[in-house]
Amino acid sequence: MGKQQDILHVQGLRTSFFTDNGIVPAVDDINFSIHKGEILGIVGESGCGKSVTSLSIMGLLPQAGKIVGGEIFFQGESLTKATEKRMRSIRGNEIAMIFQEPMTSLNPLFKIGNQLTEAIHTHQSCSKEKARKRNIEMLELVGLPRAEQLLNDYPHQLSGGMRQRVMIAMSMICEPQLLIADEPTTALDVTIQKQILQLMKELNRKLHTSIMMITHDLGVVAEVCDRVVVMYAGKIVEEAPVRTLFKHALHPYTKGLLASVPDIRSKKDRLQSIPGNVPKPGSIDKGCRFAERCEHAMERCFVEDPPLYKMETNQQVRCFLYDTETKKEASHETTIT
Amino acid sequence: MQTTPSLQQPANTSIEKPSSPWRDAWRSFAKNKIAIAGLSIVVFFILVALFAPFIMPYDHTKPDLINRLKGPSAEHWLGTDDFGRDILSRIIYGARISLWVGFSCVAGSILVGCTLGIVAGFYGKWVDTIISRIFDILLAFPSILLAIAIVAILGPDLQNALIAIAVINVPNFGRLIRSKVLSVKEEEYITAAKSIGMNDARILFHHVLPNSMTPVIVQGTLAVATAIIEVAALSFLGLGAQSPDVDWGKMLADSKSYLVQAPWTMIFPGIAIMLTVLGFNLMGDGLRDALDPKMKQ
Repeated sequence: MGKQQDILHVQGLRTSFFTDNGIVPAVDDINFSIHKGEILGIVGESGCGKSVTSLSIMGLLPQAGKIVGGEIFFQGESLTKATEKRMRSIRGNEIAMIFQEPMTSLNPLFKIGNQLTEAIHTHQSCSKEKARKRNIEMLELVGLPRAEQLLNDYPHQLSGGMRQRVMIAMSMICEPQLLIADEPTTALDVTIQKQILQLMKELNRKLHTSIMMITHDLGVVAEVCDRVVVMYAGKIVEEAPVRTLFKHALHPYTKGLLASVPDIRSKKDRLQSIPGNVPKPGSIDKGCRFAERCEHAMERCFVEDPPLYKMETNQQVRCFLYDTETKKEASHETTIT
Repeated sequence: MQTTPSLQQPANTSIEKPSSPWRDAWRSFAKNKIAIAGLSIVVFFILVALFAPFIMPYDHTKPDLINRLKGPSAEHWLGTDDFGRDILSRIIYGARISLWVGFSCVAGSILVGCTLGIVAGFYGKWVDTIISRIFDILLAFPSILLAIAIVAILGPDLQNALIAIAVINVPNFGRLIRSKVLSVKEEEYITAAKSIGMNDARILFHHVLPNSMTPVIVQGTLAVATAIIEVAALSFLGLGAQSPDVDWGKMLADSKSYLVQAPWTMIFPGIAIMLTVLGFNLMGDGLRDALDPKMKQ
C-alpha cells in the first residue's frame, strides 16, 4: 500500500483523554489507510475508539482529548502538524463529516437554504444566485424532491431521513475527497437506513469520494464497505476486504461479532453473545485486550500484546493464534500428548 | 433516486403554514391571555412615555403654590403635590425616565453580561475561572447595597444610578448565558459547523449566540421590572434622579412627609410602578412559557 494512492494514511495514531482520574488512552497505536474511491468500514462496540479516531482526523477532539503519538497523512500532508487555520480550510472542503443524530445536527433556528449557503461561503466566495443554484443541485443529488421549497424550510419541518440527506448534501457541497460518516444510519429506521446507505454508495460512485464509514452494525458494513477494520478497546484487531471478513473472519472477537448478528433463517430465540464487557480504556496494561473474554486465550495472551499478523488472504489479524511459531508449538504439544 | 411518499408528507404540510421557531413562539404567546394583558400594559406605558409632552395636561415642573396638596379633582385628576405640581403630568413624564432607566440598565447588563458569559462558556478553562469568579464576587454583595456603594463612589445622579443597577445585574445574565452556552456548544450542530470548517467567531455569533438567547430574553423582560424598582429605590434614597428631573421613585421620596395629609401624592406614583412591574412580569412569564420547548404541546 503506497502512500500515493492512499487518500488518508493513519500511522501509529494514539489519542488519549486527560481526565481528573488520570490519562485514558482511547485510541492506541492505530494504522490504516483509505484508498481513493474506497469505502472503508470501521467496526466496533461503543467505546472502542471509532469516533475518537474520526475526531482525531478532523482535529475536532474535545478539550480533554489530545493526539499523543503517531501521524495522520491526508494526500501526503500531515494533519497532526497542520495549523488550525490550515485544518479549517481542509474541514468541509477536503474532508467532511456527517454525524449520528440528524435530528440535532442542523441548527434549529435557520432555514435549510441558509445553512447550505453558509457551508459554501465558508470555503468559496460566490454570488447568492450561484449558491442557490448549487444548493438546489445538491439537494436534488441527494434525492430530495421539491428542492427549491425545501430551501425555505426549517429543520424541524423535515423528517429524520430528510435531515440526514440535507446533512449529506451540506457535507458534500464543496466536493470533499473524503467523507467521514460517524454512524450515519444508527438513528434512522431500517427503510430509511437502506436509502441513506444506497445514497452514500451512489455518491461514492458518482463523485469518487472516499468514505470512512464508522458503524457498529455489521449489516451496514456488508451493504456498502469495500474493506473493513475491526476495532476493540482502542486497537485494530482485524483488517480485511469485506467478503473475506464475512467468509472467514480470523480474530475470535470478529468471529464473536459475526455470530451475534441475528439470522432471519435461524430459529434460535436467544442471540449469541460474547461473555463479559469491553474493558475500560486504560484498565489493561499488558497482554491482549480481548484475552479475558476470549475462549482461545493462552497463557501468553495475558502477558504479551500480540502484533498484527499479515495473512495471505490480504488480511491482518492481531492474535497469537495466527503466530506461525505458536502454531508449531501447538501442533508439537498435541503430538506429545 | 426514488423517495417514498412518507418522506414527502411533512414538507407538503409545511407549505400551507409557513413556520419558523420565532413565529411558533409568537403564536403560543398570543394564545396566553395573561401574557397579552402584560404586553398591553407595557405597550401602554411605552406609548405614554413616547408621547409624554403631547398628553401631559400641565407642565410637570411648574409650581402652583395656591393649589398645594389638592386632592384629585376635575382639574387635577390625580391631585397636586407640595409645590402644587400636577401629579398626573409628573407620572406621565416620570414614565419616560423610569422606562428609559429600566430598558437601558437591562440592555447594558445584557451586553456586558452576555459577552463575558459567552466567552467564559465557550472557551472554558482559565478564562471561565476568572470571569466566573468576578461574577461570584459581584453576587456576594446584597445587590442594593452594592448599587448604593457604586453610586456613592460615582456621585448621586440618575446616570450613575443607572450604571450601578446595570453593574449589579451583569452577573445574573453572565451566569445564565454561560450555563446555556455550556450545553449549546455540545450540540451536534456546533460540531457539524466546525466540521465544515467554520471559524470560532462565526460559530459563536451565528450558532451559539442565537441558540442561547431564549433564557436571556425571558430574564431580560423580568429584569426590566426589577431595574425599575431598584432605580426607584435609589431615587427614593436620594441617589437617583435629581430635581428638576422626576421619576416615580423620586415622587415617592418627595411625598413621604405628606403621607397622612395627602396620600394621593404617594399612592398614584406607587400604582404606576406597580402596574409597570406587573406588566413586565406577566409578559416575562408568558415569554418563558412560549419559548420553553417543554411547554409545547
